[in-house]
Amino acid sequence: MRMFGKKRVAVVGAGLTLFRRNMKETGREMCYEAAKMALDSAGLTLSDIDAVTYGSAPDAFDGIHMKGENMTDASGAWRKPFSRVYTGGGTGVFAMDSGWWHIASGLFDTCLVVGEEKMSSCYPHPAYAFTTIFDPIMDRPHGTTLIWIFSLEMHRYMHRHGIKKEQIALVSVKNKRNALDHPCAQLGAKITVEDVLNSEIMCWPVQRLDISPTSDGAAALVLASEDVAKKLTDNPVWIDGAGWCIDSTYWTNRDLYYPDYVEYAARMAYKMAKIKNPPKEIDVAEPYDPFDYKELHHMEGLLLCKKGEAPKLTAEGVTQRDGDLPINPSGGLLGVGNPIGAAGVMKCCEIFWQLRGEAGKRQVPGDPRTGVAQAWGDLMQYGSVIVMRR
Amino acid sequence: MTVEKIHDTQEIRYWPGHMETDYIYTLGIAGERFFNEIKKNGKIMGAKCKKCGIVYVPPRTYCEQCFEKLEQWLDVGKRGIVHTYTIAHIDLDGSKLRDPTIYAMIKIDGTNGGLIHKIGEAKPSNVKIDMRVEAVLKAKEKREGSINDIKYFKPVK
Amino acid sequence: MSAKIKEYPGTEVKSEEIKQGKVPTIRDRPKAKYLWSAGVAMSRFLNELKKGKIIASTCNKCGRIMVPPRVFCEQCFKSTDGWTYVKDTGTINTYSVSFIAGDASRIKEPIVVAVIDIDGASPGMGILHTMQEVDWKKVKFGMKVKAVWKPEKERTGAITDIKYFKPL
Repeated sequence: MRMFGKKRVAVVGAGLTLFRRNMKETGREMCYEAAKMALDSAGLTLSDIDAVTYGSAPDAFDGIHMKGENMTDASGAWRKPFSRVYTGGGTGVFAMDSGWWHIASGLFDTCLVVGEEKMSSCYPHPAYAFTTIFDPIMDRPHGTTLIWIFSLEMHRYMHRHGIKKEQIALVSVKNKRNALDHPCAQLGAKITVEDVLNSEIMCWPVQRLDISPTSDGAAALVLASEDVAKKLTDNPVWIDGAGWCIDSTYWTNRDLYYPDYVEYAARMAYKMAKIKNPPKEIDVAEPYDPFDYKELHHMEGLLLCKKGEAPKLTAEGVTQRDGDLPINPSGGLLGVGNPIGAAGVMKCCEIFWQLRGEAGKRQVPGDPRTGVAQAWGDLMQYGSVIVMRR
Repeated sequence: MTVEKIHDTQEIRYWPGHMETDYIYTLGIAGERFFNEIKKNGKIMGAKCKKCGIVYVPPRTYCEQCFEKLEQWLDVGKRGIVHTYTIAHIDLDGSKLRDPTIYAMIKIDGTNGGLIHKIGEAKPSNVKIDMRVEAVLKAKEKREGSINDIKYFKPVK
Repeated sequence: MSAKIKEYPGTEVKSEEIKQGKVPTIRDRPKAKYLWSAGVAMSRFLNELKKGKIIASTCNKCGRIMVPPRVFCEQCFKSTDGWTYVKDTGTINTYSVSFIAGDASRIKEPIVVAVIDIDGASPGMGILHTMQEVDWKKVKFGMKVKAVWKPEKERTGAITDIKYFKPL
């Protein structure tokens, strides 16, 4: 099956650390653990790796400027071609896009993709570092926080489609419950819709149980060209589609009810993967869910359902692990945790394990063959999408 | 209009601000052990890779060349040579220092690594590359488990 | 191979352990002060705010009237063609009510924050601002609002020269 690019790319190994609010390990130690696990699982050593791509969100979290350079040797990049990618929350899946083009371009045969974040170093709270993403003249003087912009987007989405909080809360309930089966999860729990609706109001309509936590953690994947992959394993998972897109920085000039940029990234990836009917052809999806409404928002952007229809599918159980279109069987960011650069890579690890039938208690039934992971970032601007297939 | 020229400098605006926040860094698995040994036992430790034979200072949990876990730690002593040095005359903000400070990269004997630290008990004009030096530690009760538990490196024969 | 791995690496520590000094740490507060140049477009915008006016830039190709103003149209990727004043009234595009500050601590009086589409600019040209003189439970999408300005002598050329927006 001829793909875009010179070589077909497969995922052959994956690694993950625990995701926790505070980890003793430095960012580098976490990168190493994830990268080593990924290499071991692929049956490779560091000398087999041609290039490394590392993804991490603002330097301000780890508190080390030029963080990419700091993480090089821990990511296995000692004296290798190395690049750091950063697109806010979109980083994790964009790192996969980057790993993909390293090999698809024909330049390299193997690439290690590492995502990491150590948010706990930032005091009084990592949320404080987010205040510096905003325009210093137009937005910061109001005391703008990250939760403000999420809640503005959530409210617009709810208003345009007449969606109620109870419908959105179902996502948080589902994902936290799914996360109970994830060995690395930070916040797996059995909660109810009432728990979400009674939780502390942060910035109406956002309440505490609508939000994913801040976390420390790292994740890694090994990518290989077709020739190498076929020698390593009988069970490669192919990257059949990669897409990425960004919208304007003028977020106050956009209608936030729908993520156009996620749709464009998805179309790019689906075109490569020759997917014409996403809800029918995709067996499992891991859209980015830093907030519960975002899973719904992104399901629509990924063309998995019509605009405004995602809450209905959720209520009907379609997005449960045993439903017709399992969404976030890992437990997502809401349940597993949100170390920003690593979160998207964690989702790609999940799709990899799901397609191989190795997801243990989280395994979606029915022999899934096509999976999609998506991440979202910056000022509600960025969409990155990966389509994987067995 | 192509980009306008502003002729009246009063029209140009600046916006002041800061991007400051506090950081509390954990030392990590390797860092905790390294600084604990300095604090409690006055020892500088390195970590050796069984496969490559490289002795890393500061020690770490992994070998950057072969990616194996480093499990062998050893006391690498306190002596080394000045690999390179510089004499600082200004501080972080660009103001003049009262006395120039000598900073050096010190390669620790028998290892492939080294530490950045001050050279003390020496005049700037006497410092030379390849000069032999030894770490001078603070008194045990004053040590906190940081790189400043080493006061400086002093020249030795 | 998720199901094949027995143990995942990582050593958790609790926030209290760090606060109580039970975990050795190093503290630092890097100094990072800035004096950002507002640029050509925003310098004019801020100067006009000082005069009590909101100014926009126009693009002849797509016909948009843009707030905040800019020297290039990001959609046509060409220089903008001129300036024009817009009104200081608008409608609420979206809003939310914040009970927390930037460092995640709780605040007593909630802040109503909104994206307000400015009258006279192209549709959807919003700016971020706050609302006052309104019960936060009564704010509605599409509500018509008006800027409340600081008195002239208190204006410095900042977005906060508009104190807040209130219902019309």
